[in-house]
Amino acid sequence: MADAQDFQASTDARVLEATTPSSDTFDVGADRPLRLDCDKILSPYRIAYKTYGQLNADKSNAILVAHALTMDQYVASHHPVTGKPGWWEIMVGPGKPIDTDRFFVICPNVLGGCMGSTGPASINPHTAKPWGLDFPVITIGDMVDAQVPLIDHLGIDELFCVIGGSMGGMQVLEWTARHGDRVFAAVPIATAAWHSSQNIAFHEVGRQAVMADPNWAQGRYLELGSEPRNGLAVARMAAHITYLSEEALQQKFGRSLQDLAAKSFSFNADFQVESYLRHQGSTFVDRFDANSYLYITRAIDYFDLAAEHGDVLANAFKGTRTRFCVVSFTSDWLYPTRESREIVHALNAVAANVSFVEIESDKGHDAFLLDEPELFATVRGFLNAAAGKRGLRPAAGSR
Amino acid sequence: MLAPKAQPNTRFDHLLIAEMVTRGSRVLDVGCGDGSLLQLLADTKDVDGRGIEVARERVNACVARGLSVIQGDADRDLADYPDDAFDFAILSLTIQATRQPKAVLEQLLRIGRSAIVSFPNFGHWQVRTRLLLTGRMPVTENLPDAWHESPNAHLCTIKDFGDLCRLVNARVERAVAFNIWGQRLGTWIPLTVHNLLGEKAVFMLTRSWPH
Repeated sequence: MADAQDFQASTDARVLEATTPSSDTFDVGADRPLRLDCDKILSPYRIAYKTYGQLNADKSNAILVAHALTMDQYVASHHPVTGKPGWWEIMVGPGKPIDTDRFFVICPNVLGGCMGSTGPASINPHTAKPWGLDFPVITIGDMVDAQVPLIDHLGIDELFCVIGGSMGGMQVLEWTARHGDRVFAAVPIATAAWHSSQNIAFHEVGRQAVMADPNWAQGRYLELGSEPRNGLAVARMAAHITYLSEEALQQKFGRSLQDLAAKSFSFNADFQVESYLRHQGSTFVDRFDANSYLYITRAIDYFDLAAEHGDVLANAFKGTRTRFCVVSFTSDWLYPTRESREIVHALNAVAANVSFVEIESDKGHDAFLLDEPELFATVRGFLNAAAGKRGLRPAAGSR
Repeated sequence: MLAPKAQPNTRFDHLLIAEMVTRGSRVLDVGCGDGSLLQLLADTKDVDGRGIEVARERVNACVARGLSVIQGDADRDLADYPDDAFDFAILSLTIQATRQPKAVLEQLLRIGRSAIVSFPNFGHWQVRTRLLLTGRMPVTENLPDAWHESPNAHLCTIKDFGDLCRLVNARVERAVAFNIWGQRLGTWIPLTVHNLLGEKAVFMLTRSWPH
């Protein structure tokens, strides 16, 4: 019973955050309708966001952090539903590589997300019900376009930097491709210019798991008060495997049993790795909306920056004056180094200013969120050098 | 404010390259190592510099110190750049470690308006005498690795490199050889003597054909 109550409490908190977020919000009015890549118009809509640090007088020190699939705007502050620390506090904060004593950090919840930006879990103003599947299918480019009015609202002409890993890296690439004149520096991490067939396949498994859950109810579960918890948990479990590496799983769990002396000859979670994945699945559903998961994975599947530019990736960056720092990890098999190298080759082809670092790690795709000193040194060094070129002063009291 | 100066321990071949490079130009340093040449050129010539380096840890160290460097190699990654992408394309003590020196040199001449190539001279008297007297691949201060550990796949002499320049129709704008003390050999000294006394050589080349 206690479990059921906890579940109800977390669900309520989550549903509340989707409609009335505890972060800042910016409502984009009917005067700025968003034309989506599917050719539909979205208007009005809301972007929920967090900021850290101070915007300087000439508004030249803003860094936009673009979040990954299941992250949100709480990059460096406690999550209102889980109470956990921000998802990138290791990277963002006072004295951190993205130093909030020096930079003004903006982290918007993506369009289609479930932490307050307009998405399938928020209320459709035209029907006064949750959007559900009436929400239009969006793209990474739409997410980025939806962030532009927020930047305007904050009075920023040019972002000093756009940085993000995974789907955040895709947003970084779209920012430079669609609004390159407003991006001084860009750091796409552990990402690719297109989503591979294997990655689409994994997403499809996740979506099918959600949609096979009877509680999904054709996407109308919020109206009906049900929740496709099992389906979403399975989706998360499958996806989570892709964020790790074989080596990391073997090292962390091996074939160890969970609180057992011997195998139970049942389908309980005998193995530690099973128990771990089940835990990942169940904690995820406490904080994430199943329809948002469908929409955002779809947006990633559709991402193909070359296809948007005549099948030549370099065309996406033609004439760019943005300084790039591309980062990959050796054990990332979701977005392997060769896909980062494709981005680098395209940038070289337009003689862009680009750095490219491959970091040795056995942590898989998730390495970008973890304690990787070489990543911190790279980001810190690149941002410092770029800040020098941009004429930004060092943080008071820093080296 | 004082203009940043070269450090006292700066490599003499780097100082010569810094002399050849014009102020404010666009430079690609292929095989940039720890980035010391790029840093020197940024500090003393205010260049817009980029680097390519094969060793991951060196790349990461370069980027961490604020240089624009990518992990890659000369044989594979030069083909991406457009014609005349740089004013100077530099290959500093790297050509002997490439798989296809001729192709690399051609790429260098294509993407740079000028190419600067430095290399250890295998015709140096120390190398010749080691080989003659010991009958084994020479190990010298300039070529410190045993043959089976050396990254050098295509060592050449100053004369050999001159032949390669003719083969790819490169125009030699300037060629300087250094003796073991890092002194420049006079231009009045005949080529055969350069080839004997020069431990390292630096060539500045341009292409003799239009794009």
